Amino acid sequence: MKYFYLVWSNMKRRKLRTSLTLLSVFVAFLLFGLLCTIKEAFTAGVSMAGADRLVVRHKVSLIMNLPVSYGTRIEQIPGVAQAVHWTWFNGIYQNEPKNFFGSFSVDPERFFSIHPEYVIPDDQKRAWLSTRTGAAVGRTLAVRFGWKIGDRIPLTSPIWPRKGDGAWEFDIVSVYDGAQRNTDTSGFFFRYDYFDEGRAYGEGLVGWYMVRVTDADRVTEVAKAIDAAFANSPHETKTESEGAFAQGFVQQVGNIGAILIAILSAVFFTILLVTGNTIAQSVRERTEEIGVLKALGFSNVLVLALVLAESSIIATLGGFAGLGLAWFISLGGSPIPAVLPVFYLPAQNIVIGVVLVLGLGILTGILPALRAMHLQIAVALRRHA
Amino acid sequence: MTNWLTQLASITLFNLRTVGERKGSALAAAVGISGVVAVFVGVLSIAEGFRAAMTISGPDDVALVLRNGADGEMTSVLSREEVRLIGTAPGVARAPDGPLASAEPFVMINLPKRSTGTDANVPLRGVEKAAAAVRGDLRVIEGRMFELGRNEIVAGAGAARSFAGLDVGHKLRVGQNDWDLVGIFSGGGGAAESEIWTDAAVLQPAYHRGESFQSVFARLTSADAFDAFRDAVTTNPQLKVKAFRHGEFLAEQSTMLTGFIRGFGIFIASLMALGALFGALNTMYSAVAARTREIATLRALGFGAGPVIGSVLLESLVLALVGGAAGAAAAYAAFDGFQAATMNWQTFSQVAFSFAVTPKLLATAVIWAVTIGFLGGLFPAIRAARQPIAVSLRET
Amino acid sequence: MTSGNGVLVRVENVEKVFRRGSEEIRVLSGLSLEVPQGEFLALMGPSGSGKTTLLNLIGGLDRATQGAVHVGNERIDTMSDRQRAAWRARHVGLVFQFYNLLPVLSAERNVELPLLLTPLSKSERRAHVETALKIVGLSHRQRHSPRTLSGGEQQRVGIARAIVTDPTLLLCDEPTGDLDRMAGDEILGLLQALKHEHGKTIIMVTHDPHASARATRTVYLNKGRLTSEKPE
Repeated sequence: MKYFYLVWSNMKRRKLRTSLTLLSVFVAFLLFGLLCTIKEAFTAGVSMAGADRLVVRHKVSLIMNLPVSYGTRIEQIPGVAQAVHWTWFNGIYQNEPKNFFGSFSVDPERFFSIHPEYVIPDDQKRAWLSTRTGAAVGRTLAVRFGWKIGDRIPLTSPIWPRKGDGAWEFDIVSVYDGAQRNTDTSGFFFRYDYFDEGRAYGEGLVGWYMVRVTDADRVTEVAKAIDAAFANSPHETKTESEGAFAQGFVQQVGNIGAILIAILSAVFFTILLVTGNTIAQSVRERTEEIGVLKALGFSNVLVLALVLAESSIIATLGGFAGLGLAWFISLGGSPIPAVLPVFYLPAQNIVIGVVLVLGLGILTGILPALRAMHLQIAVALRRHA
Repeated sequence: MTNWLTQLASITLFNLRTVGERKGSALAAAVGISGVVAVFVGVLSIAEGFRAAMTISGPDDVALVLRNGADGEMTSVLSREEVRLIGTAPGVARAPDGPLASAEPFVMINLPKRSTGTDANVPLRGVEKAAAAVRGDLRVIEGRMFELGRNEIVAGAGAARSFAGLDVGHKLRVGQNDWDLVGIFSGGGGAAESEIWTDAAVLQPAYHRGESFQSVFARLTSADAFDAFRDAVTTNPQLKVKAFRHGEFLAEQSTMLTGFIRGFGIFIASLMALGALFGALNTMYSAVAARTREIATLRALGFGAGPVIGSVLLESLVLALVGGAAGAAAAYAAFDGFQAATMNWQTFSQVAFSFAVTPKLLATAVIWAVTIGFLGGLFPAIRAARQPIAVSLRET
Repeated sequence: MTSGNGVLVRVENVEKVFRRGSEEIRVLSGLSLEVPQGEFLALMGPSGSGKTTLLNLIGGLDRATQGAVHVGNERIDTMSDRQRAAWRARHVGLVFQFYNLLPVLSAERNVELPLLLTPLSKSERRAHVETALKIVGLSHRQRHSPRTLSGGEQQRVGIARAIVTDPTLLLCDEPTGDLDRMAGDEILGLLQALKHEHGKTIIMVTHDPHASARATRTVYLNKGRLTSEKPE
């Protein structure tokens, strides 16, 4: 640590150059943090999936409906603890497509027990069970529109018109929170009985089932059993684990991971080059001084360490600042809650970022450091002679 | 003026001699800029390609009619009577056997993607006899068109590329029904190529649709006939519908995704450009610092400040152009025509498209590169001109 | 630190060959020299004669191709790089023609540099630095950056740095080469004082007869060999 001021003084030698290099590193890691946040936003469904949950949908596609009677039949299959139906409502708020959010009709009795990731106070749950028009909305959604418990929210649905053609009216009785950072709390859930009675057509039809199994290790077996139970019926099913289902969605969007990794690789390669060049340049300029240090008795290894310390400090200052800002931005929530409701920087990406920072520090400094280490004193000092 | 230019030229040539000494930082700056350009072009070519796929097959004289209140074909419902009325509206072109209109039911099915093996949504559209004539640019490129009344389907070229099992001669089992794939069609690269088509009259019973349809596609007598047509169908009290030009409708259906990708691409590229700018500034500042004495000597000899600034700017611009061109060329080679498919959130189905590196995109990228080069050279150039001559002459 | 007969530095038959590509340049051949403890020795000769090379070999800054170099009880030429670095830090002070101060450090920080290699504490280092600066008469300028010091002052900082670890041997390569007559004289006076009052052994490379006149003995090099011990 007594050598610190030596390293620090060198960095202050050309303040502008050091600052510009720091800024480049800062930008690179800011990008890294933001892209990781975006990737997590896309794939949150996968990480949020319960290990003991299955999704049962119509075999032809998610768009087709299943009978509500399937629920009891699914629960009779060995290995199944609970089955809860969901139906996509496609609710439009204030006639504005930009106000898009996910709205669903669900089985109210069991909805929250099968989704422990949605946290609801008991009094709100009771209110929901006793109010036919009741709706439970997620915190993110409530904040977005400024909704409070007691508000009456009208929604229209192009796919499920109401008898008499008016708008559907709901009363907010609950605002639920997420159990974890990455829980999506942008949903709007209301009761199936109100929905089924009020819709102009399609009685007895639901969208899909969320099933909880008793033993998470037997998920695949139970899935097969469910599909077998409905094979050759008018509504054949396809059952898969919730994780696989969510993954399938992400993959429909495309290989986002690959694209982001490609971009980040381009960014890092460039940063490596820019920073490495700066360090190499600054070491080259100090050939004579390094010769002097060695002449004074600084060992080769010490000289190597001094150069690596310099590159590491630049990488660390810039990198941590960039990661820090990205994390801070992610705290502010999603800029497009309609598309990406979940928005945060996962801890494991932060760890990766830190590793990359350290790696950058070493990689950019290693070649100039080795060069400095092998510099011959007489050669270095001879420049003026 | 010529004197100014001569001075500029001689200083620049003088500088070029020393580029070799600075090749490390010159390379770094150029690579930084080419990185920005490559990423910018790459990501935006996705948006361009997607938009192109969605809007190509949308000639001005094809109209699309949906139920009022529906935000897309999936949420629209039209009865047989409504469909008949639409066919008789003014402006609809007529063929010897009836109006050039096709009423179409529409479902989404799941098929596994060739690339990942996991399921994705693909539209299965029932069409009427006039459908190909209505759309205008449909051609069967393999096999043949399906026969009416049979469980036969044809797949768009894009869908056939993306999904497993869509090969001519293959039998597809979807739900309770078996279908024979008898042909593959192309539609000029447009949205129809991401779909699978069959006879509407066969699709309806297969999916318990009774006599209902989702949409009507109509060929108009001319592009100008659209207004009359739209007015007629929207004011008819027996119809609760809305009408669009097909092209406008497709463009609107893709705005969200296109907008998102574009925004994303520009955001990423902006940050990268900032980083590249810092790199360029670094390079040019060290270039100037390294030649402090030389620049001072030139000025002491009488070269004006203008040519000095100009030479530094010129050098920076050249670096930026080289880097930008390299990045653009790399992006073009790597991305243009790259075939991909993604889910359009507004329609919830896969759209096959090719990355499109358009000339406009390349031009924009070059402008970005030049801007970075200009800014990267401007401040160092000014500093070079401002340094006091006497002090600079002494500096080693 | 001395061997029995008071000789501090013994150079035996050294040869130094530089290889540049396929070319071989013999800078020193068969050179032997003894420097007694406490002597102020001047090394003179035309440029290219190998004076600086000889100095470098004595100081362990470079390795002889052949021959032996003894300083005190230790044989320098067979030491590893690391051993020589450590040895140098303890036993040798270096003064350069162009001062070779680190421009990013203040005068006192420059003087402190060799002490960083010792286990001394911060306050101990500070004490040594102040002593050294006092000896060279620059206490009032210790916070200054080298850029703001005159040539003579910079060289005095260089000398302070050279003596801060209290080495027995001072090696000076053209210490007055970049200074005017007056400043040069000051430096030479300082060196003489270091010999007389502090008992340092000083080997100085120079081409200036005024400088060598201040030394107790002068030897001459020509084409890598000692030519005579008396001026011609």
